[in-house]
Order: sequence, then structure tokens, then C-alpha cells
Amino acid sequence: MSVADEPKTTGNGFVGRAMRRKEDPRLITGRGRYVDDLTPQGTLWCAFVRSTEAHARIVSIDKSEAEALPGVHAVYTGEDMEALGILDALPMAWVPPEVEVRNAKHWPLARGEVKFVGDPIAVVIGEGRYAMQDAAESVFVDLEPLPVAIDLEAALRDGAPLVHEELGTNRVHDWTLAGGDVEAAMAEADVVVERRIVNHRTAGAPIETRGVVAEPRGVGMTLTSSTQVPHFVRLFLALLLGESEEKVRVIAPEVGGGFGTKLQVCGEEVLLAAAARKLGRPCKWIETRSENMMVTHHGRDQIDYVKMGAKRDGTVTGVHVKILADMGAYLMLLTPTIPSLGAFVMSGCYAFDAVQTDITGVYTNKCPTDAIRGAGRPEATHMIEVTMDQLAHELGMDRVELRRKNFITEFPAETALGIVYDSGDYHGSLDKLLEHFDVEAFEREKADAAKAGKRLGVGYSTYTEICGLAPSRVTGPQGFGLQTGLWESGMVRVHFTGAVTAYTGCSPHGQGQETTFAQIIADRLGVDPANVEIMHGDTGTGPHGLGTYGSRTTAVGGEAIVRATNKVADKAKRIVAHMLEAAPEDIEVEDGKFSVKGSPGKGMTMAEIAGAAFIPDNLPEDMEPGLEETAFYDPSNFVFPFGAHAAIVEVDPETGRVDVRRYVAVDDCGPAINPTIIDGQVHGGVVHSIGQALYEQVHYDEAGQLVTGTFVDYCLPSAADVPSIETDRTETPSPVNQLGVKGIGEAGTIASTAAITNAVIDALRPEGITFINMPLTPVRVWEALNEARETGSAGEARRDGDRRETT
Amino acid sequence: MIPAEFDYVVADSVDDALGKLADGGEDAKLLAGGHSLLPLMKLRLAAPTLLVDLRRLRDLEGIRRNGGVSIGARTTHHAVATGDLGVLSSAAATIADQQVRNRGTIGGSLAHGDPASDLPGVVLALEGTIVAQSAGGATREIPAADFFRDYLETALEPTEILTEVRFDEDPSAWRHGYEKFHRRQEDWPMVAVSALVKLDGDVVADARIGLTHMSGVPLRATAVEEALKGGRLDAGTIKAASDQAAEGTSPPADLNATEDYKRHLARVLCARALRQAARAG
Repeated sequence: MSVADEPKTTGNGFVGRAMRRKEDPRLITGRGRYVDDLTPQGTLWCAFVRSTEAHARIVSIDKSEAEALPGVHAVYTGEDMEALGILDALPMAWVPPEVEVRNAKHWPLARGEVKFVGDPIAVVIGEGRYAMQDAAESVFVDLEPLPVAIDLEAALRDGAPLVHEELGTNRVHDWTLAGGDVEAAMAEADVVVERRIVNHRTAGAPIETRGVVAEPRGVGMTLTSSTQVPHFVRLFLALLLGESEEKVRVIAPEVGGGFGTKLQVCGEEVLLAAAARKLGRPCKWIETRSENMMVTHHGRDQIDYVKMGAKRDGTVTGVHVKILADMGAYLMLLTPTIPSLGAFVMSGCYAFDAVQTDITGVYTNKCPTDAIRGAGRPEATHMIEVTMDQLAHELGMDRVELRRKNFITEFPAETALGIVYDSGDYHGSLDKLLEHFDVEAFEREKADAAKAGKRLGVGYSTYTEICGLAPSRVTGPQGFGLQTGLWESGMVRVHFTGAVTAYTGCSPHGQGQETTFAQIIADRLGVDPANVEIMHGDTGTGPHGLGTYGSRTTAVGGEAIVRATNKVADKAKRIVAHMLEAAPEDIEVEDGKFSVKGSPGKGMTMAEIAGAAFIPDNLPEDMEPGLEETAFYDPSNFVFPFGAHAAIVEVDPETGRVDVRRYVAVDDCGPAINPTIIDGQVHGGVVHSIGQALYEQVHYDEAGQLVTGTFVDYCLPSAADVPSIETDRTETPSPVNQLGVKGIGEAGTIASTAAITNAVIDALRPEGITFINMPLTPVRVWEALNEARETGSAGEARRDGDRRETT
Repeated sequence: MIPAEFDYVVADSVDDALGKLADGGEDAKLLAGGHSLLPLMKLRLAAPTLLVDLRRLRDLEGIRRNGGVSIGARTTHHAVATGDLGVLSSAAATIADQQVRNRGTIGGSLAHGDPASDLPGVVLALEGTIVAQSAGGATREIPAADFFRDYLETALEPTEILTEVRFDEDPSAWRHGYEKFHRRQEDWPMVAVSALVKLDGDVVADARIGLTHMSGVPLRATAVEEALKGGRLDAGTIKAASDQAAEGTSPPADLNATEDYKRHLARVLCARALRQAARAG
């Protein structure tokens, strides 16, 4: 099904069509150009020597043997930062007003101590990738192990080993977002449900690992990096290396997936740029998969204490959440902000009168965490939606009815937190979801399965999320505290022939904007999207931009493109009006032409208009030649996609194995620009969370050694392990932008861990299980089943001993 | 993901391979399908100085039926999976994914001696014979029961090449079931059980149970075998016999499984494999 694949009647009608992606022919025929496809003449390869200890003092580094090896040009360590002209430590971009964030210095190479397994100690630079990997084994590092802080809760206790001695504590920060009176809300509740919800550590695991090629250019340099944020990288390279910003060019070529892991300013980027400058040769590093698992930032890793109060009739009075968030060993670009992003939508889809989120960040001797697809919002949705199910059970109320009872129904809606949800139709998406289920048939299936020794369960998740980052007034230094704006740019250039090249400041890397933006422009200029090329990811072309993350590219970058395109269209209308002797306001775009209203035969194509603009012998008085415009757009509000998801799972009580039998996702991201691309984003997002819920976990042992260093142990599901995902949509326009669109890149991920967890609990209730934390691996489910059988009632919550249920 | 430096040669015959292996010294290794060795090298857990590639040794490919069955060491998992070899085909068909089955070989898998691989436990249950050849064409026949010594350790001498696997009786002569438990489709088994049964009328005349990944080497569940023999293959017998599947084992625990869980899986999978065998032809 596709609600929007009928051609539209305005313009050329490309918006709304399920067009094939323009970027795919080159990508699927092997003609994409990634960082590793670039090896300039004279390239030197870099290999890193990394810590084998989670916490240790660097006693000595003997690099003499490596330096003497043939082909080795340089070996640098943390002592060489000044010699390399690296002026400061790596950036962390959050300075929240009136909140202390204890930020330890984080250098591209460790100085004095290493803080986690993989922490870089030295880089070996020279000729040949393989030779340098061998040479790195000839750098001898003497590490004196120090006590480690691995467990998130233990790290906060008095006397715990300190990750950064100089800070005197492992506590990074305390941050609260509150609206309404949660104490009063709990006091007036008839039922209070408390759960300790663990949202475990995951990896982004993009198919392309990170990679950097730094080329000195005589004056200045070009850095090609597998990044989501080329402009941020350029800014910080300029600042940290003392280069003038215009002399630094950063290019993100094809990027084989980011999922947030490439929303970063990496030590390797800074170090390679500095080394290339010093050595006068291009320097290249392609991250190995082992390095990617070990040192590319991880995500999630929270323990969430959730308290939800409700009246007997199901009216939720308030929610109070305390989050302990594992930051890992250093604060990277956005590390401590990530859990806060969830706090903004801790109301979920619901009209809660009181909501409070208290966040404590904690240092541990593990890889730093930062943004991974959804970044804080999957955690928030998981805890709210799982707790809603728990509450429904306590109240003896239907889970769907409890949700409906508390849904926000009037929009725009200001939540207790003062956040204004732009638009929504929560009953509508839930209604549509339920159209896909024959509840009676499911009950029959469930009974049949039980006879065959299997347990079936269904789980729901109704979600809203916050994206379209972001109104800079809200997120900037005076507001939330990010030391940046989050606006976006678009530049639209019509060529002599009427063909179009447009530049976006976003840096899409798989999200399909080369197609969707072409559709948007085509409709407004009356051209074919096949002749609209979207350029991105190069700071040497087009205006400044903020990159691709946080489901912002279409909602913010797309609107900037709309505004630039509208300026071009306005100029085109003035040219047409001048040449056809009509009023500009009477010119409209229809059927690939700028025509005079009421005289469809009378009009000009974009090729004709461009011709007039490029040979300006008959332009209106004072009009500049050419046809090219730029727009900058800072949104007035976030956008709030929403939807309703359901999972049907089958649990084998003999083995504890969970299989997802059906997954249905109904999402609303406003009017669809390209339904196929939306489906693709939802598929990917849901798979990401099926991975977290059932398969994936980054695991460290007690000594801080990474146990899941390969895809053998880090259980990323493959296509053979996930079900066919059923998608449907509702379309509720956002008033925030002219397209009415909201982001969709993260929605699937945000919604789905809760749907799966709730389904598994539903399946296992007949076995006496009332609650269980992710990841729902066979052994974990089996152990919970055993406990239930032994004690009569069970669940992780009781075993963890932190739940005080009051009913 | 970047292996240490090594040399590479291609052998033209078994003797040539043995010669090159000897010349390469103690850190020379034979290369068959490469699907176990190459990942270890990329992780630098193995660093052979010389690889002797066996890819031109066509003599070692293929399945020959001569009353029993003889399978060349370089026969791929795909060929075994499609070779109508009873439980051996069933097990080979579950190895990893199609690309791996197209490259990986039965000889390579057995010689590697990984207790988590599918085939060693099956070959053990089938009481196969592993044939090893040394310089000058001398061959040695090693019963599967004596072949697997420890984790990644077999009875093969460094001067020998595994050339074939023999079964006195066609594996398809057995009713069989193969049950493996893994988290993802392409994973190695956490535990697998192969069950072989022969019926005389409706009485179990013979039974063999192979256990995979319940120890550093594949095991036979002899208690189950004895409990089955002479009885009927009915639900009660299967259950009672399978309850003994983990007897005497102390399986290696890992991230995905405790010892207890593996023992439990062995019992569950044994019953399932036997029920499969009971349903079969």
C-alpha cells in the first residue's frame, strides 16, 4: 500500500511519488567512491598502537625498533602533540547554563594514562598499509595497570576507582528537566509502578568503518573523511591546528552508513591532518573492523529508574525518571547531551501533568558513548512504553485502552515540560495499526501455539519523538547549551540549459536526499528530477551547513532547499512575466512550464528561462543575470513524528528463543515525499532495534576487556534473522515547515524495542514472567523462565531487587 | 583485520604440498577453503609464515560411493549438503551461509578441529575414518573417535595431509535428525545434536548420538544410545533417553550460554533430533 504514490497535480508532480533512488545505480554497480578508494600519489599509511588495558599508567614507550623499520617515516605518541602543532584537546560541544560538566582532557593520543581498551597510544606512519600494521607491533609500550571502574552503578560509589583522578569523581554531571509537580502526582496516584529498566550498550556497526585521507596542499589541506558532519570537522581542524578555516577543505565522499557514529570529531582526523602537514605527504588510515568495534563510539548504556503514577481509571498523574548514563572514558562531541535528548519527549504521546527526568552522567573505563540512531529518544520511548504496559497490568486495564485514555488529542500541544508538539493524530495511527490485526484470529493462533508448546505474544509501542534539529534559540548556548547553531543551508543553481545543481549543507549518507531533494526542486522549477543533481558533503563547494543526524536532513535541510528554490522560481516568474508581458503573480508552474494563468499555451520552460538569464539581453531593468539563489533556515520549532508499532513474537519456552513473527509499523512523518524511501528508513530503523532487543550487546568483562570485538560475538542480525516488516502511514502535516514534513530516519529505532519487549512479556505472562530487561537472548529468557518455575512468579525486576511496587 | 606478512605457494599434488609444507618449517600451514584460517590470520590470532594452497588438488574433490562412501577432503560443504548423505548432508546444509558453503571444505573443517563446527560431531557419530597421507604416499587411517584431541587439536601430524573421510556404510542408511541451536542463521552452533537410529521393526536396533560444542572435542552421548537400544522410538523413550544427553559433560560457557544452559540445550535438542529421526522415512 502507498497512500501517496498517485502523481500530484501541481508542478510536475514528483513529490509523493515512490521514485527509485537516483544514487542507487552508482552504489549498486560498485561505482561509488568511498574514502578507501582514494590513495593519492605518495600516500603514507597510518596504523595505531592501542591500549590493551582498560586503565593503566604509561610507564614507557619504546618506538626505536619501529622507527628503524624500512618504510616507517614517523612514530608519534602523546608527547608529540606540541610538535605536531595540535593546540588543544578534542572538542565537547555542550556547555549547559548553570550545570557543571566535568570534562577531562581528551587528546588524539593518550598522555600519561590510558583510560579504556583501544585508547590510542601511538601512531606509526609510513609506506604500505600492511607494513605499518606490522610496524605497530614493534612499538613496545609498558603499561602499569590501574584499578578499573566498569560497572555503571559501582563507579558512583564512594571509594570506586576514578577514571580521571584529577576530577575527584566519576560523576560527570547532573541535569534535570522537569514540568509539573511529580511529588504531588505520585501522592495523588492510586497506583505507582516502579521499574529498573536497563538499556544496554550497543554499537552502530556501519558497513563502512571510519577512514581518513589527509592531503597537505602547500598552503592548507584537504581532509577526506567518512563523516556525517564535514563542516564541524573543518571548523575544529582549523581551531585545533591553528589553520585559517578557508584553507581547510573537508570532504565526505560516499559514506557507507553512519548511524550517529560518524557524528563526531575524531582524534584520528585531527592527528592525520597534523601529521600530513608535518610530513608534507598524504596520510591515510582505514579503520579495521576490530578497531571499529573497540573505539568507534558506542551508544545507549543507561540504567533507568522509572516511576509512573496513575489513578484507578488509568489517568496517568505523572512520571519521574532517574537515568544513570554511562559516558565511557571521555566526553566526545555530544556524549553527555545524548540522554537529555530523550528527556524532551519523556511525556511520550501522553497528556501527563507532571514529568521529571534527572540524569547523572558517569565515567567508566570503557569506550565513550555518543549518538547512535535515535540518541536518547529510543531509551525514553522504551522506558515509557514498557512502563505503560506494566501499569496496564497493575490496573487490570487493556494496554491499548490505557494508551488511548492518556493520548494528547489537541495540537499544537504544550507538554508539562513546555515542549510544543507541532501536530499529531495518535488515535489515527493506532487505529490504522489495528486495521492490520485480526485480534480474534491472533487469540486463536495463540491458543494453538500454546498447545504446541510455544508462547505467542503481541506488544505495542505508541511513540512520538523529537527531531528536525533544531531551533538554534532552543538548543544554542543560551538555551540547552550546545555551542553551535543547528540551522541549515540550501543553494540552488540553474545552468544554461535549465538543468539544476543544488547544494545542501546536510551530508546525507544513505538517507536518499539526492532523490527526495531533486523531487522537491523539480516540482517547484518544472524540471525533471533526473536533471537535478544534489551536491553535499564538501566544504569546498556550497554554503556552510551542519550535517546529517537527528532526522534533520529533510525537515531542516529540505526546507532550506525549498526556500532557495522558491527564490529561484520567483526570479524565473519575473523573467517570464517580463518576456510574455504578464504580471509575475499570474505566472504558475504547471506541466513542466512557467505559464500565464488562464493561458496554458503561453509559457516558458526552465531551459528557455535559463537561456534568458544567461544571455541577459532582455531581462527586466536592474535584474542580475544568472539564476542561482541561497537560503538559510533556522526552524521555529522541532518536529514530532509519531506512530504506532506492534510486534508479534513467538517464544520457545524450552529454549528461551524469541522469534519475531510479524512486525507492523505505522508511522507519520507528514506528507510523504518518497514513500519507498520512507519505507526503507523504517525498515532499517526497526531492524536496528530488533537487533538491540534480541541480539546485540557490547559486553565488557570485569577487567574492562571488550568481549564483543568481532561480529562473531557482537550479534548483529542478518537479513535471514529478521521478519518481513509491514509498513503503513498516516500523513499529518507539520506546521513548522512548508513541506509539512518530519524526520523518519530514527523513528523505527525509537519505537521498536518497546514493542518487542512488551510482546515477549505478553507471551511469557502465562509462564509467570511479568518483566524482563533487554537483550532478550535465549539464555536470559530461559533463566527467567526457570526462576518463574521455581518461585511461582518471576521477572528481572524482582531479581534486580530495586523495584518497590506500591499498588 | 590485517594479517601479518606471509608467503603463499600453490601445490600441484599431495606430495608437492607435503614437500612445500616441510620446506616451510613449523609455521607453514595448508590452505583449503580458508574460512577458518583466514579470519584467525586477520585477527592476528594465527600468523603462519607460509600458506600452501591446495586448490589445484582436484583428486581430493568429490564423493565416491563404493559400498561405503569416500569423501575427498576438498569437497565443499555445498557438495556434501547436496550429496544425499543423510545426516551429513543435513548438517552441512546448515553451515553458515551459501557463500561459505561454496568455499569451505569437509577436510578443512575436520583438520581445524573446532568443537563448534558442525561436521566433527556428525562424523564422530557416523564412526567415520579420517585418512591422512604423508610423504611418499604412505597413508594412515584414523577413526574419528581418536582424531579429535582437544580444542583446535587433532591427531594429524604436521607432516600429514588429510585426504579423505571414509564411511564403511552409506550415511543415508540411518534414520537421522540434526538439531542445532544458534543465535543467528549463520552462527556456529552453541550446541548441536545429531541422532542416528536403525529400527528393526519398531524396535531400535542401533542408535548413535553425536554432541557438538559440549566439550573441547565432539562427544558421543553413550548413555542415550544405550537407553534407546532395544526399545521403541516413542515419545516416552525419547524423553527418558534424552534426559541423559548431557551426562558427564562440562561444556565451555561463553557470552551466550552458561554451562547449565548448554546441558539443557543438549537434552532438548537430543529429543528433537530423535523425534526427527522417528519421523524420517
